[in-house]
Amino acid sequence: MTDQKHFVEIRHAQKAFGTLEVLKDISLNVERGQIVAIIGPSGSGKSTLLRAINDLDPLTGGEIILDGVQVNKTLPHRQYEKHINEMRQQIGMVFQHFNLFPHMTARENVTMAPKMLKGLSKEEADALAVEQLDKVGMLERIDYYPSRLSGGQKQRVAIARALAMKPKLMLFDEATSALDPELVDEVNQVMKKLAEEHMTMIIVTHEMDFAASVCDRVLFMDKGVVVEEGPPEVVFRNPTQERTREFLRKHLAGAK
Amino acid sequence: MGLDFSVVPQYLDIILLGCAWTIGITVAAAILSFFGGIVFAVIALYAPWIIRQPFRLIAWVFMSTPLLLQLFLIYFGLVQIGIDLPAFIAGIIGLGLHFAVYNSELIQTAILSVDKGQMEAARTVGLSRSQALRKVVIPQAVRAVIPPIGNNMIALLKDSALVSVIGVSELTLSAQRVIGRTYRPFEFYLVAAAFYYVINLGMEWVLRKIERRISISR
Amino acid sequence: MDIDLMLRVYPFFIEAAWVTILLSVLTAILGLTCGALGAAARLSRFALIRFLGAAYVSVFRGTPALIQLFILYFGGPQIGIQLDAFEAGVIGLGINAGAYMTETIRGAIISIDKGQREAARTLGLSQWQAMYKIILPQAARLMVRPLGVNLNMLIKATALVAAISVIELTYTAQRYIGSTYKPFEMFLLAGILYMIIIYVTGRGVAWLDRKVQIN
Repeated sequence: MTDQKHFVEIRHAQKAFGTLEVLKDISLNVERGQIVAIIGPSGSGKSTLLRAINDLDPLTGGEIILDGVQVNKTLPHRQYEKHINEMRQQIGMVFQHFNLFPHMTARENVTMAPKMLKGLSKEEADALAVEQLDKVGMLERIDYYPSRLSGGQKQRVAIARALAMKPKLMLFDEATSALDPELVDEVNQVMKKLAEEHMTMIIVTHEMDFAASVCDRVLFMDKGVVVEEGPPEVVFRNPTQERTREFLRKHLAGAK
Repeated sequence: MGLDFSVVPQYLDIILLGCAWTIGITVAAAILSFFGGIVFAVIALYAPWIIRQPFRLIAWVFMSTPLLLQLFLIYFGLVQIGIDLPAFIAGIIGLGLHFAVYNSELIQTAILSVDKGQMEAARTVGLSRSQALRKVVIPQAVRAVIPPIGNNMIALLKDSALVSVIGVSELTLSAQRVIGRTYRPFEFYLVAAAFYYVINLGMEWVLRKIERRISISR
Repeated sequence: MDIDLMLRVYPFFIEAAWVTILLSVLTAILGLTCGALGAAARLSRFALIRFLGAAYVSVFRGTPALIQLFILYFGGPQIGIQLDAFEAGVIGLGINAGAYMTETIRGAIISIDKGQREAARTLGLSQWQAMYKIILPQAARLMVRPLGVNLNMLIKATALVAAISVIELTYTAQRYIGSTYKPFEMFLLAGILYMIIIYVTGRGVAWLDRKVQIN
């Protein structure tokens, strides 16, 4: 169906809300095991692009292809539902505000979807919860409700919840933006660990240092277009575009 | 017996007169319930214990019993103690007092939430306690609860149908009278319902206007 | 106050109170059913069904319950609906209460943060799975208290069936006021029984609310 060369392919992505164009013809390829950071000012369309990858904000034009399968297909409602639910099981997502399920413990948050969608038995699900929560360092809080966890702990559980579906791709939508500064690092550590395990990740972030240290590639977006793209050492040290320089000047100065 | 709406136009004058009564009773009872609500709220919060506690009990009785039952009490009760009021006056009093109790609950909550800081501020500029209440606390509290009081007034309009039971010739009783002559209950109750619906829409429109004006002047 | 009279007639009031309770229970069941269906309609992805849900709420909340009851009971036979007064009372009040409960249930559902639905959907849950596994359990906790308010109103609204001669508490009070000319005493008898019903129901709702809030 598609001449697949890359693990994730975004082709000519367009998104408009009415007459407002949020994404203007964006193309991007990500290889298996690669980590791509998307940076840019707020309103640049970076979160919209990320949320288009699992069709949470459907594109108005263009294609998203994951591992040879088009994600954003136009299908009759029932078929679309079936298709998108299968695709989303392969795409983990972590939100800025965690979106943990408050009526479930950490264990239940992690095991709910695998039990429901993959038919795991209680024993299998428990083993999975232990494995995933251990990976994010949250094993001692396995039976806590989210209301009793700190922001950083919540986000780590949310990452475990996404990982429990064994996704091929992980999307992080400003995963540390809502955290108190002292809690950012514990989440970054978990993401670094995933990087070491060669998880394919697309990360929307404000953390330039983190992006520089773990990412293979950085995309700078502004006003719905990719302004500049390249390895972090190039984009951060020697940006070719004036808009990138201006953004980095503000942001790196602000961060220091 | 099927439906036949062709008889409706010739009785429309009676129905329209009923509408006028419904609107009049609703407005009168709404005004009574608004000011009554403020008075009740002040009594429930600030009257001496010996008045406050029985008053609260009576308010609770009125909130825990049906309006229809209360209307019977007021209508027949007044007659029994020798006050023979026209039915529509009894109806207005019954509706007005019933909703005054509900409004009072809203206003009490609002007064308590405004009271603390505002009362202190008013006292520091030299106002007495009752002056501070009248000039500072209550006006603010009442403004804050205009939207929920508006909802109560909408409920009041619909509950005004109940005064038909004590013989007030408003919309519902007018429809009943016409039905007595025509034996067409479905048609005329439906017509009455349509008029209630329209009055209801009109009232919602007016309340939205009032709310907007209040939120602007704030 | 004529205590003697009250002692003589109170058994009739107690009997009538059971009718009020039965009416309330049946009306509440029907109301909840209509409310759940109404809320589902108002949240449907089909515009026509959403419109029907909105029309149901608007019409039944925009007109007096008493008139609705009269249309059903007195007008029903004209369109082939023959109901006795009790049946008409339950059905009329139930559909009316359902319109209010529709808004309560819908309000609770839409107040759940949309991130919850998104998180569920990104894990691969279907719309329905996300609704019953993630949204509804959270919304249900928010519903208890406002549905309790609806229930309180509903119990008081059962008095309306007195107007179609169902022999419940208010009708009984009205009849004894007419025959004894003791409005205060009869009000007191009926009032106490209503207050007991309302109080017990209120405590029940508060208990349920506490129970679902745990954790």
